[in-house]
Amino acid sequence: MTKIRTLDEALERITDGCTLMYGGFGGIGTPPTLIEGIFDKGVKDLTIIGNDTGFPWIGIGRLVTAGRVRKVVTSHIGSNPYAGQKMEEGSMEVVFYPQGTLAEKIRAGGVGLGGILVDVGVGTMLEEGKESVFISGHKYLVEPALTAEVAIVHASKADPFGNLVFDKSGRNFNPLVAMAGQFTIAEADEIVPIGQLDPESIVTPGIFVDMVIPGKGVNWEWVWEKPAATGSRSVPPAN
Amino acid sequence: MGETSRDRIAERAARELRDGMVVNLGIGIPTKVADFIPAGVHVTFHAENGILGAGATPLSGEEDGFLCNAGGYPVTVVDGASYFDSAIAFAMIRRGCIDMTVLGALEVSERGDLANWIVPGKRAAGIGGAMELAQKARKVVVLMNHVNRDGESKVRKHCQLPLTARECVDLIITDMAVMEVTGQGLILREVMSPYSVEDVVRNTEADLIITEPIAYIGGEHLDPEKSNSGVDAAPS
Repeated sequence: MTKIRTLDEALERITDGCTLMYGGFGGIGTPPTLIEGIFDKGVKDLTIIGNDTGFPWIGIGRLVTAGRVRKVVTSHIGSNPYAGQKMEEGSMEVVFYPQGTLAEKIRAGGVGLGGILVDVGVGTMLEEGKESVFISGHKYLVEPALTAEVAIVHASKADPFGNLVFDKSGRNFNPLVAMAGQFTIAEADEIVPIGQLDPESIVTPGIFVDMVIPGKGVNWEWVWEKPAATGSRSVPPAN
Repeated sequence: MGETSRDRIAERAARELRDGMVVNLGIGIPTKVADFIPAGVHVTFHAENGILGAGATPLSGEEDGFLCNAGGYPVTVVDGASYFDSAIAFAMIRRGCIDMTVLGALEVSERGDLANWIVPGKRAAGIGGAMELAQKARKVVVLMNHVNRDGESKVRKHCQLPLTARECVDLIITDMAVMEVTGQGLILREVMSPYSVEDVVRNTEADLIITEPIAYIGGEHLDPEKSNSGVDAAPS
């Protein structure tokens, strides 16, 4: 049994209007080959769920900048000025959560919980319209779990069962997102035979992963390599 | 704010670091605090993207695209560092494992309420990890300009902007002063050169408690008599 498939087979799962959850933090750990595939396929009207909107041409930022996203559930959009612009002009709906609450809502979705109780944001406008409960006299907000039709993650190594290992701070939201997808696609920079990953070191057990595709590596320039990548006047890289 | 002023604020914030602390630095001036760690003080830096033990910025050419800080820029790690997912990173924060955080601010109230994420009607960058850090870190140090672009005090009686967290700030460091939030109120502790106590009071909406001695930071203070004259001045 192998879960290894091609990029095209993975892209069949990602269609107009779907809800897409993605790993990554500032683009680091967002699967580059899948993002490029989604971009080239022309998928639009996406609802995306993830930590941030990347930089204009890095990570999920590329889809946001190109206007493929209808709604984003996130904690931060500051590094992608196009996200702010689309929010302002009303062409993209933005829902903000505190970063840790977002991570835990995604984790809850991934571990079969209905939601979480959290006191972060109590006493602020984040309370508005939210259910709350008191436990031992302390107030908590009820935050429902998040799941998505498709989840995409970037691993450094995968095996045919879908066991995943990540790369340093590229781990970030990836293990959480991998669990929360109704269908999870992992892009791996290296695919190794079954038995080659030390069971003690596996971060995401393959049971959470439905498909593994080989990655072609990062295809964007990082912000420190290309300062213009962060600016709103920069031009998209040629493909 | 000029580079000298930013450095001076960051240097002053770094003097709050104590040996053995676990510290999270926000984006902007707070990031510069790492450049001014006092000799003999060893702290562990925490990052929301899943690093405990983040180190210095790597040399040019030695960056690793998969080893970055929460702002997306390359870092290194020190011996004993660990990687983990962002849920664990925030578990550490909510659980009270972060000894000190340094954050930027739009407004702070005299009770220590912090507003630093949204101006209604304007484009917002989002919340990021600010709410967890402000609410849960054991010590919250805020770095900011004393007044906004319109010359209005950012040190308020009550915050006008939506809050990040209530009664969370312990110390406010601005280009004009260092103020401590206490049960008694906001105490003026230090004044930055070339300002006087009077200057600080005039530019502060909050009620300041002024008790001697007040330290002066950043070179010789030219007119101590003038600064003392501000003791009884009412806030504007």
